Amino acid sequence: MSWIELRKIKKSYSGSPAVRELNLKIEDRQFVTLLGPSGCGKTTTLRVIAGLEEPDSGEIIVDGKILFSREKGIFVPPEKRKLGLIFQSYALWPHMTVRKNISLALEEMHLAREKIDGIIKEVLEKVQLTEYIDRYPSELSGGQQQRVAVARMIAAEPSIFLMDEPLSNLDAMLRVDMRTELKRLHHELGATTVYVTHDQVEALTLSDRIAVMEKGILKQVGTPEEIYKKPADLFVARFVGSPRINSIEGKLVSESGNYFFKKGDIKRKINKKVESIILDLKVNSLIATIRPEDIDVSQREREGWTKADVYSVLPAGSETILSVKKDEIDLSVKVNGFTDIRMNDTVWIYIDPFKMNYYDPRSGKLILDVGLQRK
Amino acid sequence: MNEAVRAKSTIITKLKYQLIRIRYRTDILLSLIFIVIFSFLVLFPLVKIIVNSLTYQDYDLRLVRNARLGAFTGYHYIRVFASSLSYSIFIKPFINSLLVGFGVTIVAMILGSLLAWVIVRTDIPWKRFFDSVIVIPYMMPSWVIALAWLIIFKNDRIAGEKGMFSYFFGITPPDWFSYGLFPIIVCLGLHYYSYSYLLISGALKTVNSELEEAGFIAGLKKSTVLRKITFPIVLPALGSSFVLTFTRSMGTFGTPALLGLPVRFFNLPTRIYASINSNNTGDAYVLALVLVVLAGITIYINSRIVGVRKSFVTMAGKGFRNRPNALGVWRYPLAFLIIFFLIIVFLLPLLLLLWDTFLLYPGDYSISNLTTHFWVGKSNFKIASGEPGIFRNPGIWNGVWNSVRLGVLAALINGFLGLFIGYAVVRNRGTRLSKSLEAVSFAPYVFPSIAMGAIYLGMFARPFGPIPALYGTFTLLVLIVVVKNMPFSSRSGISAMLQIDKSLEESAGIQGIPWFKRFRKIIFPLTASGFLSGMILTFITAMRELSLIILLVTPNTRVLTTMIFAYEDQEEIQHANGVTIILITLIVLANFIVRKFFGNKGLTGLKET
Repeated sequence: MSWIELRKIKKSYSGSPAVRELNLKIEDRQFVTLLGPSGCGKTTTLRVIAGLEEPDSGEIIVDGKILFSREKGIFVPPEKRKLGLIFQSYALWPHMTVRKNISLALEEMHLAREKIDGIIKEVLEKVQLTEYIDRYPSELSGGQQQRVAVARMIAAEPSIFLMDEPLSNLDAMLRVDMRTELKRLHHELGATTVYVTHDQVEALTLSDRIAVMEKGILKQVGTPEEIYKKPADLFVARFVGSPRINSIEGKLVSESGNYFFKKGDIKRKINKKVESIILDLKVNSLIATIRPEDIDVSQREREGWTKADVYSVLPAGSETILSVKKDEIDLSVKVNGFTDIRMNDTVWIYIDPFKMNYYDPRSGKLILDVGLQRK
Repeated sequence: MNEAVRAKSTIITKLKYQLIRIRYRTDILLSLIFIVIFSFLVLFPLVKIIVNSLTYQDYDLRLVRNARLGAFTGYHYIRVFASSLSYSIFIKPFINSLLVGFGVTIVAMILGSLLAWVIVRTDIPWKRFFDSVIVIPYMMPSWVIALAWLIIFKNDRIAGEKGMFSYFFGITPPDWFSYGLFPIIVCLGLHYYSYSYLLISGALKTVNSELEEAGFIAGLKKSTVLRKITFPIVLPALGSSFVLTFTRSMGTFGTPALLGLPVRFFNLPTRIYASINSNNTGDAYVLALVLVVLAGITIYINSRIVGVRKSFVTMAGKGFRNRPNALGVWRYPLAFLIIFFLIIVFLLPLLLLLWDTFLLYPGDYSISNLTTHFWVGKSNFKIASGEPGIFRNPGIWNGVWNSVRLGVLAALINGFLGLFIGYAVVRNRGTRLSKSLEAVSFAPYVFPSIAMGAIYLGMFARPFGPIPALYGTFTLLVLIVVVKNMPFSSRSGISAMLQIDKSLEESAGIQGIPWFKRFRKIIFPLTASGFLSGMILTFITAMRELSLIILLVTPNTRVLTTMIFAYEDQEEIQHANGVTIILITLIVLANFIVRKFFGNKGLTGLKET
């Protein structure tokens, strides 16, 4: 049972803010990912939870108990927070064997020798490293080292796991395997997990909820599906998803009592129910976004489809990314498998209006999302 | 009223917060403790020396009418800088210091950079051997070569016997050749070349051959590549080496004292020594401040040079290659030349000192004059004022014990302090606290040794604050050696700490392991090799220390270096030389033992300072 609450956390390093007024609640047993580009404050946030950094202001509450509050004169040091943390570098002690790496903290708990040996055996079985117990970290591969770090963390049975880009030092294949392992581990042990990454695929595949950060500001918190389908602003929309989401800046025009989003040949009617929201903003242009997989492509002309030129074709096995140009707009289009479309071909594309989101071009905030449009 | 209460309560909670957090921040606690201690031991003396230079001292009362002890005055400054005595007190020694500085630096730089280039960048045989033995002379006290010079080139103008050169060739060398500027420059140059070598070879080792090869491929000649590519890259290291060698040789005491004082050739340190010996502390303090200011300037210049150096990215990490230049037929002749050079600067002086200890009357090299009296003889009042031979001399054995004790204690204390300071500085990196600690632990660097000895003499002659009178105690020697070596130990502590990522400690903290155990089980084992090499360095420095402690030793606390100096002063040359041999043997032996038992870490530590 562990829930974490961050209240108005602020932290700056020599004047430049790293985290600005962050509020975040992490429910018990949830797997929450802090996602963002480097320098967005995600690692700082994690270190603040761990107690390795002291925020300038704000409060940290775990299970209703305040761990940090400058205003109230409370500081619980990392030693007493009973957390587990996996560092990006794993931080295995190079002069100790795997056994010693795991037992050092257990000895501090004054457990009996047999008890400690039992725990070591158990956790090493869990990460499938039993036969490496007397190796030094330098004698292990990157993936094995990562698993030792996991074993060391779970041995102390903390109720909160913190992970700082634990997979970023592994090669691509191993990373995918370890994702499965980590998800499995979380499921089995049920510890509340805060996971930091800049890899949006990792965030989408692992998390119950994702918190996207940029420049020290928490941009959006939501389930992977919400984050992917209803990005709260253009930054989130562009950061999540690969290839990058298409965005089209167009005019807001009114014709015979209806409002339309218009850019060149592309013209989409705006739902009556949300007209008032857009009109309240008093904008005359909008930015529409559409995921590459939500654009259909055809090599033959079709009614209502738009003509475009193929700029490049990038097959990747399970899918092929087409880059097409229509007037001045560049669009990425994802099609399944391989295609016989070639560079400089002419194609016809169809943008599904129910999958388009509209953003305010001044603030970058979401105005209309897919869900709203369907109503 | 209400507001005042609220303000008070916020201050109290803030304080409460700081008190709670600081309990778990050992790095901050350590920083605070060290800053207080070092301010007391380092900054306070500096203030004291300034105050003393601006007030009347005992000695002045006889010279100045109406002078009141401790009253404010500019008298010393006027006397030193703008009076009829200025020439002999300040200007002449200052010019001499500059001449010694430039002369030594030029000799040392030429030798050091030539050796560095040949050993690092050519295909000379026995490279690794040369690279490790070339710096051995650096382990010896800088004035050993001066002792050897005296043995060979002493003339009869000064009291005592003629040297070996006169004996064998019947020619008495002129004064300028036997004493004063010329031999000082030669002897110190032959010592400090190793210092230049360390700095320059370090820089040369980081030059990627590909940078030179790129020049060859572009069609440049070998000499052009050397001039246009290699030289500019190591230029900052050369500059840095120039500045540091210059400061060191300018502020050096031992050699100028041995070779200069007999002909009244003074540089600033020997002038300070003479002033203090004649109890004229006012002059001494002003001159000491001159040295402090000069050291400050050179540190500033050096930091500018090193700052530029960092902008050269010479090490790319990957694809690093060092392809040596071919020497062709010159390979072996050059190698033998280097061996010959090493014999002259290292083996020859030691052999001469050794030979000299077997002469009954110095300067007489006939077989009949050989004796073992100075090693094993009993006290005989006809010889050397009745000093018994070295192995029978309890005074000397006491000196050995004191020297070793001083070296070991200083090495241990400095080693641990360096480690803790390194920890406190690196963990708080970037904060004002960390910067102040780094600065205050580096501050002793600007004190000329002789001046620092003078200040400590004054400071600890009486009980001082919580500290009892330390003059005459061994503790005072340990204290001053520890403080003076602090810049080097804290530097090596910092660089050792920078090697280990802070996450290694954090991951232990997260797991509930308390600070002391983290330090003992994780940080200490991981920094042990740096710790060890720092300790050896301190040991060597402490063993060969002369000018720092010469004013502080009393008959009970005499160490080998001060005994050598005293013997030399009393014209008991054989004893002086014999004790020198013992001192060097001890240093080499200690270094050898540590290398034997703790891996090849001994001399590499030299390169860190």
